[in-house]
Amino acid sequence: MSEMESKYAELRQIIEAHKDWPGALMPVLQGAQELFGCVPEDVQKIIAEGLGVTLAEVYGVATFYAQFSLQPKGEHVISVCLGTACYVKGSQGVLDKLSELLEIPVGATTPDGKFTLQATRCLGACGLAPVMTIDSEVYGRLTPDQVPAILEKYRKEA
Amino acid sequence: MDNFRAHVLVCGGTGCSSSGSATLIERFHEKIAENHLEKEVKVVRTGCFGLCEAGPVVIIYPDGTFYSRVKPDDVDEIVSEHLLKGRKVEHLVYVDHATREQNAEKKLDEITFYKHQHRIALRNCGVIDPENIDEYLAMDGYRALEKALTQMTREEVIDEILKSGLRGRGGGGFPTGLKWKFTYQSQADQKYVACNADEGDPGAFMDRSILEGDPHAIIEAMAIAGYAIGASQGYIYVRAEYPIAVKRLTIAIGQAREYGLLGEHIFGTDFSFDLNIRLGAGAFVCGEETALMHSIEGKRGEPTPRPPFPAVKGLFGKPTMLNNVETYANVAQIILHGAEWYASMGTEKSKGTKVFALGGKINNTGLVEIPMGTTLRTIIYDIGGGCPNGKKFKAVQTGGPSGGCLPESLLDTPVDYDNLIAAGSMMGSGGMIVMDEDNCMVDIARFYLDFIVDESCGKCAPCRIGTKRMKEILDRIVEGKGEEGDIEKLQRLAETIKATALCGLGQTAPNPVLSTLRFFRDEYEAHIREKRCPAHHCKSLLQYRIDPSKCRGCTACARVCPAEAISGTVKQPHVIDPKKCLKCGSCMEKCRFGAISRE
Repeated sequence: MSEMESKYAELRQIIEAHKDWPGALMPVLQGAQELFGCVPEDVQKIIAEGLGVTLAEVYGVATFYAQFSLQPKGEHVISVCLGTACYVKGSQGVLDKLSELLEIPVGATTPDGKFTLQATRCLGACGLAPVMTIDSEVYGRLTPDQVPAILEKYRKEA
Repeated sequence: MDNFRAHVLVCGGTGCSSSGSATLIERFHEKIAENHLEKEVKVVRTGCFGLCEAGPVVIIYPDGTFYSRVKPDDVDEIVSEHLLKGRKVEHLVYVDHATREQNAEKKLDEITFYKHQHRIALRNCGVIDPENIDEYLAMDGYRALEKALTQMTREEVIDEILKSGLRGRGGGGFPTGLKWKFTYQSQADQKYVACNADEGDPGAFMDRSILEGDPHAIIEAMAIAGYAIGASQGYIYVRAEYPIAVKRLTIAIGQAREYGLLGEHIFGTDFSFDLNIRLGAGAFVCGEETALMHSIEGKRGEPTPRPPFPAVKGLFGKPTMLNNVETYANVAQIILHGAEWYASMGTEKSKGTKVFALGGKINNTGLVEIPMGTTLRTIIYDIGGGCPNGKKFKAVQTGGPSGGCLPESLLDTPVDYDNLIAAGSMMGSGGMIVMDEDNCMVDIARFYLDFIVDESCGKCAPCRIGTKRMKEILDRIVEGKGEEGDIEKLQRLAETIKATALCGLGQTAPNPVLSTLRFFRDEYEAHIREKRCPAHHCKSLLQYRIDPSKCRGCTACARVCPAEAISGTVKQPHVIDPKKCLKCGSCMEKCRFGAISRE
């Protein structure tokens, strides 16, 4: 079985496991997002058929919530916190620096698929403001000057 | 149970985890094993201690020694000195911000940060291992549920909550007991209890800390609520961005089921109750109760008009009682100690305590729980330690995007629901962000509007279109393109949105603008009329200049300028070309002669 086929099989299992739950669509979409890294149209179709709801309903929910994306994200997802505590301590400067260095606007992915840059709402680590996360790694008490060295660490990876 | 001569408590809350507390725990285990102390010393990963600024935090009992900003390499010393030889490691002990003392003998509640606090909702946070139900049981855990089920009628439970004066801690401040009573009175074959843990207010993290530090308190309270209103099923709606909270809740629910504290015939009674977790997916509007319920139903999280209220027609069309995490965190204590005890704290109309997340330009960022009626000044200066780097305090923001910014002149306001509303802000879920002289209030208003525009669900026109128009005006003002009449336009839009938006999100969205207009109107006027930002924050309005009498022509500024906007010859005064200047401020930082000024 190819990797894609086995992922589809796994998706069908997720659908099967949640089918009888009240409000199953959200947990199924969350499972799919984690499995595929996004929920493109073909995935939405399988979910719609599996749960017996219309594709329009699935699409409606998938586009409503920030957690679901229709396109795949980069290998590393950089999230800069723009919660109030981080903002008043200058996180916008950190975000601008990243945007400048990666040469992409906020919300975009680099052409090589290496980084996705996004602004995020409060991460609840206000004690460390300003904060950003790269994948699950947290960087706190940041200044724009520290950004190049941090990026370099991820760029160097093979 | 084994007896240990010492307990090492390491904070495993989000703040301390982010600054490396997991590595500390590993290192403690290693070093304790190396020294064969496994049978004598126990390492416990607890929830949040509250003083995030000092993280990662380690407390060693029985002495109660409070170590702060502990690094992995410090662990060796703590183990070999403190745990092995009983000598406290003085240089790692927390420095009290008020007394500047580094006193290893001081107990936790003698430290200035904790002295003014009264922890009810946070009582177990930082004290017990949240992943171990036995530790919760040892702190009177589930005794309130037992009392309610075996000694109290459903009506008595509701009455106790009513009399306690507890009000919704999510920000609205609706009397909790009334909500319980209304849902109790609804007739239906099925009712639901729900918990709002979709803490979206930027800068608020108390719900997260309670879930991470004391998840059983929420489970117990929801079961009590289920008994009172007649529900057999509960849902906890948690933000997916809170993975540690989700994990600990999942573990806690599993343990409660195993102990028979959830499930069929709890405490041998006829009462059966179970809980499920539902994850949010990143939508601020889902903190609104009708939107949250639609999200649990697997739909777009859009609000619907009330009535019908959830107490009549909520989740899956059935009567539903929704409370916030912090509200629930008080319930078991009220049942155990009685309404009178709870109502003895606080002000006339706001009883008990409130948790605030102190953040922004303040020395002690962290979580504080204070009796209602404590003044803003006590919270910000006595507990929070004031603004860092000697900067001047400008404003404190409460209530998140629904609240407002209060100036210095209102710092003596005792904090409660009604006082904050009268002052032009609101309680909200408890975010408290301090701003200093470097923060531009027009920009802060724009920041909140930006948040709202992003998070508006788009269902009703006042919120979808109105907030966008407001943000466009604010964008213009901070860019120096403000016009006479903008302030009046903002006010008109704000009043219209407040009066006509569908849900709480839209109705309160203009508050940050209205409150900054009320208290900081001069800043708006300076931007519009003088094209000047008094806080020197708005880049478009900044001007950097070199004072020719101070400039030595060292060329440092010209070399650091990324835009090649500075020209001049060596040993001659330099000039900045304002057309090329990006206003990054690099030159000013670099200049050793103080020749560059900003206005």
